[in-house]
Amino acid sequence: MSLKIKKNIPLIDQHDKNYMYGGKFGGNFIPETLKKPIDDLTKLFAKLRKDKKFINERDYYFKNYVGAPTPFIKLENLTEHLKGAQIYAKVVSEANGGAHKIYNATVHCLIAKKAGKKYVVGDTGAGYAGKMLSMAAKKFGLNCKIFMGAKDIKRQRPNADAIKKNGAEIVPVTTGSQTLVDAVSECMRYWVSNCDTTHMCVGSTVGPNIFIKICAWSTAQISRELIEQIKEEFGKIPNKLKLINCVGGGSSAAGFWNEFMDTHAQFIGVEAGGPKNSKLHAAPLTNGSKIGILHGAAQYVIQDKEGQIGSTESISAGLDYPGISPLHCFLKDTKRAKYTSVNDEEALKAYQLVSKLENISPSLEPSHAFAEAIKLAPKLKSSEVIIVNSCGDSLKDKDIIKQKLGSYIR
Amino acid sequence: MKKSKISLVFNKCKIEKRSALITYTVAGDNNVNNSIKILNKISKHADILELGFPHNTPIADGGQIQGSSHRALKHGIKLKDVFHIVKRFKKNNPSKPIILMGYFNLIYQNGEDNFLKSCKASGVDGLIIVDLPYPENKNFANKCKKKSINFIQLISPTTSKDRVKKIIKDSHDMIYYISMLSTTGGELKVSPKKILQNYNKIKRIDPKKNLVIGFGITDKTISSLKSASGLVVGSMLCKTITNSLKMGQNPVTKLDKVVYNLKKKII
Ligand SMILES: Cc1ncc(COP(=O)(O)O)c(C=O)c1O
Repeated sequence: MSLKIKKNIPLIDQHDKNYMYGGKFGGNFIPETLKKPIDDLTKLFAKLRKDKKFINERDYYFKNYVGAPTPFIKLENLTEHLKGAQIYAKVVSEANGGAHKIYNATVHCLIAKKAGKKYVVGDTGAGYAGKMLSMAAKKFGLNCKIFMGAKDIKRQRPNADAIKKNGAEIVPVTTGSQTLVDAVSECMRYWVSNCDTTHMCVGSTVGPNIFIKICAWSTAQISRELIEQIKEEFGKIPNKLKLINCVGGGSSAAGFWNEFMDTHAQFIGVEAGGPKNSKLHAAPLTNGSKIGILHGAAQYVIQDKEGQIGSTESISAGLDYPGISPLHCFLKDTKRAKYTSVNDEEALKAYQLVSKLENISPSLEPSHAFAEAIKLAPKLKSSEVIIVNSCGDSLKDKDIIKQKLGSYIR
Repeated sequence: MKKSKISLVFNKCKIEKRSALITYTVAGDNNVNNSIKILNKISKHADILELGFPHNTPIADGGQIQGSSHRALKHGIKLKDVFHIVKRFKKNNPSKPIILMGYFNLIYQNGEDNFLKSCKASGVDGLIIVDLPYPENKNFANKCKKKSINFIQLISPTTSKDRVKKIIKDSHDMIYYISMLSTTGGELKVSPKKILQNYNKIKRIDPKKNLVIGFGITDKTISSLKSASGLVVGSMLCKTITNSLKMGQNPVTKLDKVVYNLKKKII
């Protein structure tokens, strides 16, 4: 039986009564203690997303705090250089804080306020999700704690420093691979113990269903802006349009594609291939991983035969995660989106080329998407359009880039 | 219908007017042989043995049990070793109930039916699946029932009254009450009195049900909870193994002593 995506129904709502997408992805595989808090949050969010006042509040903060809309620009030099499709970027890194994680963080803090919670906790890999949650928490007067792998604290120091500067506590996670996967686990464990007083924010479209929903609903702002900007630029949605986005947990991609779901736009998701020839790639959709359960949801996930979650390796902390959003598993199996992977070296080269030719400098996560765009563009006609979500800024990766390439440009 | 070994144990404890002592250790901690030796020893004092099958991404375990799981996995423990441990133990202790406890992904990868077949073949009496809550667990719980394996439902302080009633109605021979909002091994942050108040509220809904309390119980707190049908001690035992390994002592004899002392406190 082939899976179908339903028209006119938001992607996040295409689940069954068990919160499963396509009958096999997602759900709520959670300890009993979290049933009630998750149930409460599910009901609260269902009410809020229908509440005009809440929507107005969201839009107010997106405009005046996040800074909507983020720019949509043509990359003239890159297009010229590659001599193929026209390449554009949606410069989401211009949002307050420097990445798309601000949408989810802002909405979670608004919800936490409505729920009467004074504390928020969240996970982070690249440090953006943590930085944004700490920023938003400060803005809305909430106490904030961020779980971050010890390895990521070291390799993403600018963001780790920002979290502390915003007055949040960073809890270094020293279990397992000391990266995002462990940070999410530790954050969930913390929430199990403190769910009566504390609101949890999951940093991407992963975890129990409600967190997937809130996150994708928040990042959808990206495509709400983009669809207008595209119509302004082209008069309509171009006949041949590719929307390319990196996928770690999948929150930026879900938001970048959401408003285009029922259109003819093609979606390409780019996973982290890890170091060249690495077996530790963080690419569950590209490399034929089996469905398993990670962090409360069924998804394609890197694991061994027994069901122990596998370790991954990527130059980009934000993509270095063994699982992937159930939404993307669903988009893959319905064939609505295509997924591929790009290795560390290709991502670095893409960073370098884009930073040299253009006024933007993508971080290592969107550099994966740019690498795919750079591969594809020369094969396409000039009437075709590629848009890349440039969802993070290279500043946070300065040290890694310097170490790998010898110099850093921006 | 034939009574399960788990029911028989609770009946015996009722007659003896005491609560059942339930231990939790991780299969393969710190290796297969010691794990079997530990079960053999502590089963002299414990009434029911919970055995964790380790997972490397647990979302509800505290540091002590994570440590034990980590040790077991480092030694390459696989599900087949877990069943081997059960089988070896059951050969000498056929009437002592063993309950496997773990996360659903291992069962999912193994295949539900396949997993239950191995449970049956090795002599597993019951299952606790941490991340398969009610009602999502109905299907699997029914499969267990058909194989005469107890599926043990969990109830937490956050579980609503309505939900508690439904869970009890669908439960098998034992129900697990989580003492407080915590991962395993947290310090008891609620007074035993308060825990028992909550416990009794649930117990009154169906007094015949064997309702046990777990999470945060140690030698310091166990006697104050001894009016419950059963009490689970886990992290304290995992910690005992950790400490004895650190000090170069034999974890088997250490654990034997600790469990003996726990038992003394509730009889
Ligand atoms: C800039 C940036 N892009 C992408 C990602 C990947 O996450 P997601 O796939 O949820 O957008 C991250 C995660 O930290 C990130 O910081």
